[in-house]
Amino acid sequence: MNDKLAQLDKDVKAAQSSADNAWMLVSAALVLMMTGPGLALFYGGLVRRKNTLAIMMQSFALMALITVMWALVGYSLCFGGSGPVIGGFEHAFLRGVGAEPNPDYAGTIPQMTFMVYQLMFAVITPALITGATAERMKFSGTVLFMVLWFLVVYAPLAHMVWGKGGFLNASLGGRFPTLDFAGGTVVHISSGVSALVCALYMGKRSGYPKQPMPPHSLVLSFIGACLLWVGWFGFNAGSALAAGSLASSAFVATHFGAAAAALSWSAAEWVKNGRASALGAISGAVAGLVAITPAAGFVGPMPALIIGAVAGVACFLMVTKVKAAFGYDDALDAFGVHGAGGTIGALLTGVFAQQVINPIFGVGKSVGGLDGHWGQVGNQLVGVGVAWAFALLGTFVLLKIVDLLTGIRVPEEHEMEGLDITQHGEEAYNLET
Amino acid sequence: MMKLEAVIQPSRFESVKDALREIGVEGMTVTEVRGHGRQKGHTEVYRGREYTVDLLPKIKLEMVLPDNLVNRVVDTILKSAKTGKIGDGKIFLSRVDEAIRIRNEERGENAL
Repeated sequence: MNDKLAQLDKDVKAAQSSADNAWMLVSAALVLMMTGPGLALFYGGLVRRKNTLAIMMQSFALMALITVMWALVGYSLCFGGSGPVIGGFEHAFLRGVGAEPNPDYAGTIPQMTFMVYQLMFAVITPALITGATAERMKFSGTVLFMVLWFLVVYAPLAHMVWGKGGFLNASLGGRFPTLDFAGGTVVHISSGVSALVCALYMGKRSGYPKQPMPPHSLVLSFIGACLLWVGWFGFNAGSALAAGSLASSAFVATHFGAAAAALSWSAAEWVKNGRASALGAISGAVAGLVAITPAAGFVGPMPALIIGAVAGVACFLMVTKVKAAFGYDDALDAFGVHGAGGTIGALLTGVFAQQVINPIFGVGKSVGGLDGHWGQVGNQLVGVGVAWAFALLGTFVLLKIVDLLTGIRVPEEHEMEGLDITQHGEEAYNLET
Repeated sequence: MMKLEAVIQPSRFESVKDALREIGVEGMTVTEVRGHGRQKGHTEVYRGREYTVDLLPKIKLEMVLPDNLVNRVVDTILKSAKTGKIGDGKIFLSRVDEAIRIRNEERGENAL
């Protein structure tokens, strides 16, 4: 009888593990799809024709570069060890990462799956920054900067917020438990704020803002944004790290946040310009997806609508008013959408998080402000502040170093000719051949 | 021989071409061009940045005609290209000294 029960127990666990693992492998693939082709198309359509391949190639290069870095030391720095700021080297070269689950993070799936899933986040985060440096950053400088940025900014932030013992971790012993379900601070604030630093350090594109620089193909951007929306289900619902009801909740919140933001950006545009544009609608959806990212596994559908609606209008104002007022050339609005949207989302998560959705602080303990725990907004502020500070300082220092070693910016005549030809020796469109 | 150049609205091109074929015009060269006369362009807005597009797409027809056909062709284009709004385009006529068919070196109106 006992043998039979033990066998049954084993079978049940195996069945759950299979189900969770299936969803997590699909989620990992969905998140990779967000970088290529999702982000590559979204950004690719927004640049001028002569820079199409260059911006796509930056995303693609990161798919390869960060993957190799991840295998060597990246995973271990983020999720090995239990220091307050950075992980250790216990999983360097993926030592000890195999079929057995890592119960600290995801007890029902092979650690191999958890490792490859988290890798996809590390890939897309630096790729988001290329939106600010578009049309003028050297390929060599991009490669060096991104490798260093991954080590100096991403890995510590990911460990602080998600790693065991990290001082911002919400469930594994953090001093300031910051709620970040899928990357509001780690992914969007880190990349968005770094994007702003890059835009300020590099200066404006030659001719900006006098010369017109309209997107060369909103069709590409449209396809890219729709792929991002779909991929985001892997990003957010996958962050439940299992296929249970929390994944459903995060899936729903993600979708509703995106929809509300698409509407609110469009409405703001309609009021201002008398028309709703396709670029506005897809930009709004992305802004909503960004803002709902930290909140996805903590809030219900109605707060998700509110978070999305707020983010849509706020990001619209960022890219139309604030950018123009300060005059920085965040070419494709990486800061305006990811930095601003991520900050808003992270703070509103502290307001709307609910224990009925995710009792992360223990059963019966309220989570967010409206749940009765306003101190959480303070924790979120600490998390946001740390992410901003890390991104600001780290990026500035790295830009200085890279500028000395390889240079950051292409010469003006290369900028005129376009990065496709000068950086890669090819053209996106040879329509007459 | 006269050379006729007409810059017209792209939306009228098919009608003009059909009307010219009906009156016996045998050849023409067509290019897609951009330009403007008195017509003002339009404004496009991308994430709050406004661009004035003042060079608008037009179609340019070029043909060299025997003298006896010139008036009929001009009338036909006027009739078939007109919408009555600013931006309908213009017709330019100029004299041509010589025409040579490359295949057999025929010259003058025989080469047209």
